[in-house]
Amino acid sequence: MSAATVDTLRRGNAAASVPAGDTASSRSDHIKFAVFAIAVLTMPVWLSPIGAGYPDLVQKFAIFGIFAIGFNILFGLTGYLSFGHAAFLGVGSYAAVWSFKLLTMNVVPAMIFGVLASGVFALLIGYVSLRRTGIYFSILTLAFAQMSYNLAYSVLTPITNGETGLQLALHDPRVLDGPAEAGLPTTTLFGMETIGYPGFYVCAVMLIVAYYVAMRITRSPFGMTLRAIKSNQNRMNYTGFNTRPYTLAAFVISGMYAGLAGSLMAVVDPLAGAERMQWTASGEVVLMTILGGTGTLLGPVLGAGIIKYFENIFSAFNDQVLGRIFDFLPEVLQNLMVTLVHPFVGEGWHLTLGVVFMLIVIFLPGGVMEGIGRISARISRSRSNRSS
Amino acid sequence: MAILDVQGVCKDFGGLRALNQVNLQVREGSVHAIIGPNGAGKSTLLNCFVGRLKPDTGSVTFNGKSLLGINPHEINQAGVARVFQTPEIFADLSLIENVKIPAFAKRDGAFRLDLWSRTDSHAEVRDHAEAVLEDVGLADKRHMHAGSLSRGDKRRLELAMCLVQDPKLLLLDEPTAGMSRADTNATIDLLQRIGERGITKIVIEHDMTVVFTLAHTISVMAQGAVIAEGEPEAIKGNPRVQEAYLGGAHL
Repeated sequence: MSAATVDTLRRGNAAASVPAGDTASSRSDHIKFAVFAIAVLTMPVWLSPIGAGYPDLVQKFAIFGIFAIGFNILFGLTGYLSFGHAAFLGVGSYAAVWSFKLLTMNVVPAMIFGVLASGVFALLIGYVSLRRTGIYFSILTLAFAQMSYNLAYSVLTPITNGETGLQLALHDPRVLDGPAEAGLPTTTLFGMETIGYPGFYVCAVMLIVAYYVAMRITRSPFGMTLRAIKSNQNRMNYTGFNTRPYTLAAFVISGMYAGLAGSLMAVVDPLAGAERMQWTASGEVVLMTILGGTGTLLGPVLGAGIIKYFENIFSAFNDQVLGRIFDFLPEVLQNLMVTLVHPFVGEGWHLTLGVVFMLIVIFLPGGVMEGIGRISARISRSRSNRSS
Repeated sequence: MAILDVQGVCKDFGGLRALNQVNLQVREGSVHAIIGPNGAGKSTLLNCFVGRLKPDTGSVTFNGKSLLGINPHEINQAGVARVFQTPEIFADLSLIENVKIPAFAKRDGAFRLDLWSRTDSHAEVRDHAEAVLEDVGLADKRHMHAGSLSRGDKRRLELAMCLVQDPKLLLLDEPTAGMSRADTNATIDLLQRIGERGITKIVIEHDMTVVFTLAHTISVMAQGAVIAEGEPEAIKGNPRVQEAYLGGAHL
């Protein structure tokens, strides 16, 4: 073996044992960030060959990407598994729609109010929930989220408009917009309409900002402290850290990310319903994070994209579509295949998601990011073998 | 002058009296060993110093300030660091991060919301952490996962995490338990070297070589009480100690 190969191997081993956030240089971070930003902004282009380039879906990718990045700050970095993060999504949506109703159709104040409202809400829920760790913390957050969900349908109807959901109306004051024209207004960014692709670009820019902030947090002393809390909270106490304000700050930050995602949902479609706060929505962001790669920067965004993509593709399949796919088979086999695959598509696409999720957790506990890491390690290994 | 002053400390667990009227004065700059058979209450006593346990009665005063009823992180911020019987390190982090974290705690206090600066831009913290890793002989492993270290190296890492804070009082709970002879000797060397910095140390230890090499003062505990205290030579010859702890055998 050549000296260069030995060196490559050694570097390969060292890289495998280096935890994230330690050796990553400022320069490589900024290159990754630039690539990420370009990839996000060009999503409508490079996603259209797989039928995902249209505004509704790329908007969802960006919005749920933000939600998952924020969730990962709490779960991936700090090690606290919240099962109630959809509550903050809902609060963000309601706050944004109220901003549209009372103040202006401009999306900037709506996003600011969405982030602030969910931040305050997260401060309250976090203050109580973080008195416990582990499963008890998870149960507390789940309980709070379900309480919020039920309150939205009952006593809080004056704020949430109950089952109908909070919507725009002709007689809304909108004090900053001046007299209304005919018909319901659309959301704007300082006069520019933000539906369709412009709506996507608002979401995309926010996703890029969200990624950048998460990157700074991960590389900061605060981020390192969060990872240390995840690793050994007991040692942290005897090391002179008051861990409670750190975990609370992580909780509030991730709640604000969820609030931003919620307000963007209202930006692209100005209505808010309580079903956004249901526990299934809280569970979904857990799946996204684990599927993509817990504790990584990019993983949660990938997880969110993959889940939203498959939700969209598989839920659109019906028996006719399946029949066409298996057209090449003899009729008996074709019918058999359609019957077998039927439960996994359409309404049953969650079954597919469940199977994929199980496979990932069993074979790739580090999610898609671990898969990418393994493949790139294999490629560099075979390349160094060839060179020797 | 006593940097740590323990007066009349009692602690009951259910019906069991774990600590019975313990008095202890630790001189500033000295190495004070606490020895005694298993179950004598040594670790329980240490837990009372760091805020893990609260004594039922009595007082624990460090540098003129009571340590009772305040949180572990406040005790650490006051200048008390502890090495545990089983090493408590950040297994998922690299060695250099393991040492940087206590260095940040020492520099920035118990809480500071620094979200925006890069961790590696704090050059003085990094340099200090690297110097301490060098001191304990782990500098070449600084980018390894702490969880992948051998047990002896984990103990040295934990010691580095305490030393980087430059504590006034260092508590060592069986720093050589489960170590090979060679590792034990290396640890003795290390503790002697850091002894030159004048950090007051309390050592709980079963290995008599370690105790008699390092300690200036020895307290012997049995059944929750201090039964003898004195310089190593006096303790060696004390018949009560030999009876209670060494089963009558001579050292």
